[in-house]
Amino acid sequence: LPVWFSINADYFFLQFTIPIDNGDSVKTAEADSQRTLYPYVTGTSIVAIKYKDGVLMASDMGGSYGSTLRYKNIERMKAIGKHSLLGASGEISDFQEILRYLDELVLNDNMWDDGNSLGPKEVHNYLTRVMYNRRNKFNPLWNTLVLGGVKNGESYLGMVSMIGVSFEDNHVATGFGNHLARPILRDEWHADLSFEDGVKLLEKCMRVLLYRDRSAINKLQIAKITEEGVTVSQPYSLKTFWEFKAFNNPTAGAEGSW
Amino acid sequence: MFRNQYDTDVTTWSPTGRLFQVEYAMEAVKQGSAAIGLRSRSHVVLACVNKAQSELSSHQKKIFKVDDHIGVAIAGLTADGRVLSRYMRSEAINHSFTYESPLPVGRLVVHLADKAQVCTQRSWKRPYGVGLLVGGLDESGAHLYYNCPSGNYFEYQAFAIGSRSQAAKTYLERRFESFGDASREDLIKDAILAVRETLQGETLKSSLCTVSVLGVGEPFHFLDQETIQKVIDTFEKVAEDEEGEAGEGDAEAAAAPAEQGGGGAGDQDVAPMEM
Repeated sequence: LPVWFSINADYFFLQFTIPIDNGDSVKTAEADSQRTLYPYVTGTSIVAIKYKDGVLMASDMGGSYGSTLRYKNIERMKAIGKHSLLGASGEISDFQEILRYLDELVLNDNMWDDGNSLGPKEVHNYLTRVMYNRRNKFNPLWNTLVLGGVKNGESYLGMVSMIGVSFEDNHVATGFGNHLARPILRDEWHADLSFEDGVKLLEKCMRVLLYRDRSAINKLQIAKITEEGVTVSQPYSLKTFWEFKAFNNPTAGAEGSW
Repeated sequence: MFRNQYDTDVTTWSPTGRLFQVEYAMEAVKQGSAAIGLRSRSHVVLACVNKAQSELSSHQKKIFKVDDHIGVAIAGLTADGRVLSRYMRSEAINHSFTYESPLPVGRLVVHLADKAQVCTQRSWKRPYGVGLLVGGLDESGAHLYYNCPSGNYFEYQAFAIGSRSQAAKTYLERRFESFGDASREDLIKDAILAVRETLQGETLKSSLCTVSVLGVGEPFHFLDQETIQKVIDTFEKVAEDEEGEAGEGDAEAAAAPAEQGGGGAGDQDVAPMEM
């Protein structure tokens, strides 16, 4: 710890000042290493929709390290308790930390053993409080979270960002998904989609993301949550087509050396 | 109970395994004026007797709203009751804020009981001198609990606490099996009838009692004087008709006060702290 001291010649005493944690959010250089400044290993988009029996959520299994697609087996969607499913994009280690918080929350809820249980609305609001409070301390959890679930026949789908912005909707997406997937969903989503139609719709969105998001990989999972519970599919790949005429010999009109 | 050498400290056990200070605290509950609670599957009614210190003063508030879905009626040291009500409101609103969902009443009463227990195990504290009838909702419907100064809590279909509560309890014991499926109106009527039992012959007027209701789809609220008087009028008229017949109800009502005769005499003087 750096220590500053000064000797006051007139009064002849020593003063020592040490930077201590007194609750100030803005700190000295050393303390900076103890709060989140930028993300390191990140997950890309999550796309989720409400359908007839509950909620469907899709994500790929990639963990990027900057521009390197370093990890290819990251599960970015997890079941929470009996009634909820959480998907996350952003910093993977922060997502794992959130899973630890929720683990404790669900454990304490189960320990009551009194017939009451946390539903998706409660989990979503808890997460909103956590994210917002961290943002206020200038130490955010660098994630955008998607929380879906079903309880007592009612479907729920919501989102929380790293700065604590929180809302519910019939379809949500994170990151690039907001720009590429949501326009498709706005046109093609409708209430009471069947499971097959819902999956087709999600795959359509994921395919566009695969073509256009350079952090996306062709290994995805689709998770479904209904009154019965959560199922996360095995990883699989989407069929892609790269033989569009316009992409063959793309520099035909303006050849160059690079 | 008589004074003995083990009753000075709450942290002193008696040789027979009793904590006298805790038991004395429960006595304070018995001195307060009556509070009654009953529940059906979907509603809870809390009612109490309004006793004023003197003709000049107003009566004390004994029923508190904790949240839209939880209410509490107290008997004993009302000051302690107010403090605990404030604690319950705080717990309920904090839960609501974090989870945007009502705090299940069953979890609130456990927090309350654990708080009361602390005061039975610290030499520098004293037990809370108030009994609480907590009525509220959770996922499985309506519930009624009684929280004791000892830190114990029990769930009830119907219960009464405070002075002359035995008369009300006897009435409730006769009728409780019908409460589960009773309509909201019948439940309110039974609550007011139970209050009447504690008055022991005094004419039942709407100014003498406070009644509150909460239920599934019905937030906690007090019934106004007019509504209470209307309910009273429905059975007071019937009672007048039965007077000449010396009905079953009358005979039992007479028996209850007789049982309470011994206890009743001791209850005449209400100590200044309690109401």
